[in-house]
Amino acid sequence: MKVKELLFKPILESNPIALQILGICSALAVTSSLNVTLVMCVALTVVTAFANLFVSLVRNQIPGSIRIIVQMTIIASLVIVVDQILKAVAYDLSKQLSVFVGLIITNCIVMGRAEAFAMKNGPGASFLDGIGNGLGYSAMLIALATIRELLGSGTLLGFEILPLATDGGWYVSNGLLLLPPSAFFLIGLIIWGLRTYQPSQVEEEEFKICPNTIKEA
Amino acid sequence: MANNDSTSKTITVALLLCIVCSVVVSTAAVMLKPAQVANKKLDFNRNILAAAGLLEEGRSVDEQFAQIATKWVDLNTGKFTNAINADSKYDQRKASKDPARSTELSGKEDLAKISRREDISEVYLVEGANGVETVILPIKGYGLWSTLYGFLALASDMNTVVGMGFYEHGETPGLGGEVDNPNWKSQWIDKKVYAADGHVELGVVKGKAAAGSEHHIDGLSGATLTGRGVDNLIKFWLGENGYADFLANLKKGEA
Repeated sequence: MKVKELLFKPILESNPIALQILGICSALAVTSSLNVTLVMCVALTVVTAFANLFVSLVRNQIPGSIRIIVQMTIIASLVIVVDQILKAVAYDLSKQLSVFVGLIITNCIVMGRAEAFAMKNGPGASFLDGIGNGLGYSAMLIALATIRELLGSGTLLGFEILPLATDGGWYVSNGLLLLPPSAFFLIGLIIWGLRTYQPSQVEEEEFKICPNTIKEA
Repeated sequence: MANNDSTSKTITVALLLCIVCSVVVSTAAVMLKPAQVANKKLDFNRNILAAAGLLEEGRSVDEQFAQIATKWVDLNTGKFTNAINADSKYDQRKASKDPARSTELSGKEDLAKISRREDISEVYLVEGANGVETVILPIKGYGLWSTLYGFLALASDMNTVVGMGFYEHGETPGLGGEVDNPNWKSQWIDKKVYAADGHVELGVVKGKAAAGSEHHIDGLSGATLTGRGVDNLIKFWLGENGYADFLANLKKGEA
């Protein structure tokens, strides 16, 4: 597979959130401010890339019966290391992210890519696949965070863009966008847009609903 | 290729993986410890400044912290003590668990659910031309899930709140975690601690506090138990087992 394909396909064509529907939980939780989102994106991309790399390196030695546990151990160790680094380098941000860095362990993207890709492909390709999926996740999160922070609190990266009515400006902020459920609506709209643009992403229906028929007993 | 699924192979892989991962994790933890400790100290000092309303953005915390004097108070006598060497680090949290340096609280006294209270507490003073302008007291107590650690700053009359804030807690984000909400914290400013008869009236009520209330703070919706915890810890630390004697002495200039 080509490098370009591995890196950029997950952004639009097989976005981990929009097509694979993985990692929705953190997409709801951390996107109320752009600053926090960016750190989360970097952390997740690093973890996914290295988890893929290490899982792929040992993939021929992993016994099938404990393969999920092996993947989890590798992922968990990486997440702890990332968390420690954040605490040492960017203490304020790590305080804001609080539990969410730790929760990268349970992020379905990391696990999903390790199991679906890294177990079957070489280390180089797996590493790139991890970065690619991290980028796909980041693209989605940054889009969400931009909309949510701009319309929810009138700022971007903490700088005031729309002066708020409560501080004497003209913009009445939309409080719903600061709450996690708003990300659901936005993700839904984005998925709709993506699938209209690329109808190949639409899943086949698993069953067809038949018209109601009255059975004579 | 050897059979990966044999029992011995499974155990070997599991063991090796665990050893490698634990070495990586512990190396990272040990190597980064000094930077993390420094960050924590900086954050601690920043919170002291923020509670006193002195924090200015853009100036280094160390520089701003220079105006604050750190002193130690014997909570049993309510006076300053020299028992602590200023150069050595006093670990108040450790002291509160050490039977030799703390006092056990009976169930009735233990409003804040901390079970032991340290005998000596570190306090921070901002001194101006007319003596003490602001006194910043460390407070702590149990909320819903966790112990909340914070600071309460009082003005020179030892009765008016200058600010309040928690720097460490593990309450539910969005509910109990709203104790960090700046809007909620700003309600504390200018509230009075003691009622006319001398008991601690300052506290968090359930629902909205009466308009113009001198002592009461609105409860946080969805966080009744955290609010009750904050209420209890305020009542405890400003009460007779906490800083009440010290504050009375400080006001008279006899501390």
